[in-house]
Amino acid sequence: MSVSREFLWMLIGSAIVTLIPRTLPLVLISRMKLPGYAMKFLKHVPLAVMTALVAQSVLTDGESWRSPDNPEWLAFFPTLAVALLTRSLLLTVLAGVGCAALLAWLA
Amino acid sequence: MGSQTAETLSFRQGAIDCVPTLLGYLSIGFAAGVIEATAGMSLLEIGLLSLFVYAGSAQFITAGMVMAGAPIASIVATVFIVNLRHLLMSAALAPKFAAYTPLKNFLIGAQLTDETFGVASGRLTGGERHADRWMFGLNVTAQANWIIANLLGALLGGWIADPGRYGLHYALPAMFIGLAAMVVTQRKQYKRDLLVIGCAAGGFALAFLWLPGHLAVMAAAVLAAIAGAVTER
Repeated sequence: MSVSREFLWMLIGSAIVTLIPRTLPLVLISRMKLPGYAMKFLKHVPLAVMTALVAQSVLTDGESWRSPDNPEWLAFFPTLAVALLTRSLLLTVLAGVGCAALLAWLA
Repeated sequence: MGSQTAETLSFRQGAIDCVPTLLGYLSIGFAAGVIEATAGMSLLEIGLLSLFVYAGSAQFITAGMVMAGAPIASIVATVFIVNLRHLLMSAALAPKFAAYTPLKNFLIGAQLTDETFGVASGRLTGGERHADRWMFGLNVTAQANWIIANLLGALLGGWIADPGRYGLHYALPAMFIGLAAMVVTQRKQYKRDLLVIGCAAGGFALAFLWLPGHLAVMAAAVLAAIAGAVTER
């Protein structure tokens, strides 16, 4: 159980650069009266971010395109179906995990 | 949008609303703990990293770079770029927390993640009472789970072969699929939302040709949100 000096500097640096983008808009923008176009833009950010994150995990493994012979991307369809039918986040997560496990087992 | 009668939220309700994210956090945190331990970090260091950095992809990358012997400055610069997307999420949540003090908003933002952002933007309309307490309940539950998962991964990781077999890594994309589906079905602006979805997915695929994944996510999200905004009357 030890903390190296080098690790400590890395930790402090990483913590600061993570904290700034997380907190700055919440601290500043929440105090301002935003113009209409900015509010319209922000209104669409959640769906836009979530879709981009889904696209990233369906199409890539984070760093490179998924290989076409990995069938895991197919899990997207039953997961979406469960999401639309049940509107339950928990059931959607369980369905996604179940499908991914099944596909990994079949592969 | 929003309900006419203000709903009163609580810390407890926030903790309950965190439940759907737990499985995803547990599996990713576990995997992160395995990799951090493999990179030679001590249990205490892994705990500190999960406490003060608290970011999935950044912790994976940090472990990888530590293992590769990268200089501190380049690790910190990479973490900054990887976590820059939180800027958008923090901005999108800001109007819902306009009633609270800067200190409170700082604390709320300090624990912002992809997952808590997703849950909060789906749940909050901005009119609720005690949205701050609710957010703390969500945040604290999420981070506690994350820290535990990291430590478990570091302690037990050697014993579990190929965790990918159990499909747990799909908990996270599944959650975002569920959250996005809920936004669309609640808002009932199908045309515009499908445009945003198309721009985000297509924009990601296009941007990924030139950019690393985390920057492609951000570029695609900005593009898609602009598309949504300009088509609004």
